[in-house]
Amino acid sequence: MSGAGAYREYHPKWYRRPVSTYWWLTRWPYLRFILREITSVFVAFFVILTLLQIQALRQGEAAWTALVEWLRQPLVVAANLVTLSFLLFHTITFFNLAPRAMVVRLGGRKLPDVLIAGSNYGAWLVASGLVVWLVLGD
Amino acid sequence: MTKRSNEPFLWSLFSAGGVLSAMLAPVHVALFALAIPLGWVESPTQERLLGLLRHPAARIYLFLLCTLSLFHWAHRFRFTLYDGLQIKHLNEIIFAFCYGGALVGAITAGYLLWNVS
Repeated sequence: MSGAGAYREYHPKWYRRPVSTYWWLTRWPYLRFILREITSVFVAFFVILTLLQIQALRQGEAAWTALVEWLRQPLVVAANLVTLSFLLFHTITFFNLAPRAMVVRLGGRKLPDVLIAGSNYGAWLVASGLVVWLVLGD
Repeated sequence: MTKRSNEPFLWSLFSAGGVLSAMLAPVHVALFALAIPLGWVESPTQERLLGLLRHPAARIYLFLLCTLSLFHWAHRFRFTLYDGLQIKHLNEIIFAFCYGGALVGAITAGYLLWNVS
């Protein structure tokens, strides 16, 4: 960026190798990192979808049926399948990072990573089951 | 006096939204965007879902889920643009777009959920 800065006397010009805008395409771990970061876009998309559904529910039966109809269109279904894949990627990467962000010590010993990630996965299953049960009920 | 950074606060919103969306976004999309429209499950009626939505706990839950998820997006997307596209010089615009967008979404969610009749 600052390679072409104004000339100043005696000031050395920093050597910086320019990094390509597409640096993240060069290696799989880099691409994986960017894909992980991109999951946030799908999180935002999930919120928009949820708000649309809340709005349709408030408007009444006709609006709700129209929205459900729209969600049946092949392109929308494809988009939602992609969204779900990215959301699952977000869940897995976020839970696997949790042990590094949160070090729990018990009796002076560090709790193993598997236990912390595992409890996250357990909570995930319980929360998902709870939502399904509340929505579908009996 | 030194200027205090907002970053820890914004990061905590990112983190809280990350956990909430990791726990709950997949099931919401699987259920409401796929299973119910495509008839994989017996669809609950609009009346039943509206009934659930009338419950204050459901509205508080949805408000927190939507708002924190949006702030999670704002924070992560901001750094994706900085690092991925190397456009940190557009700092202010990106900052306004991300957190402004999240704020608009939060207000919309609050409005929709406050007025459920």
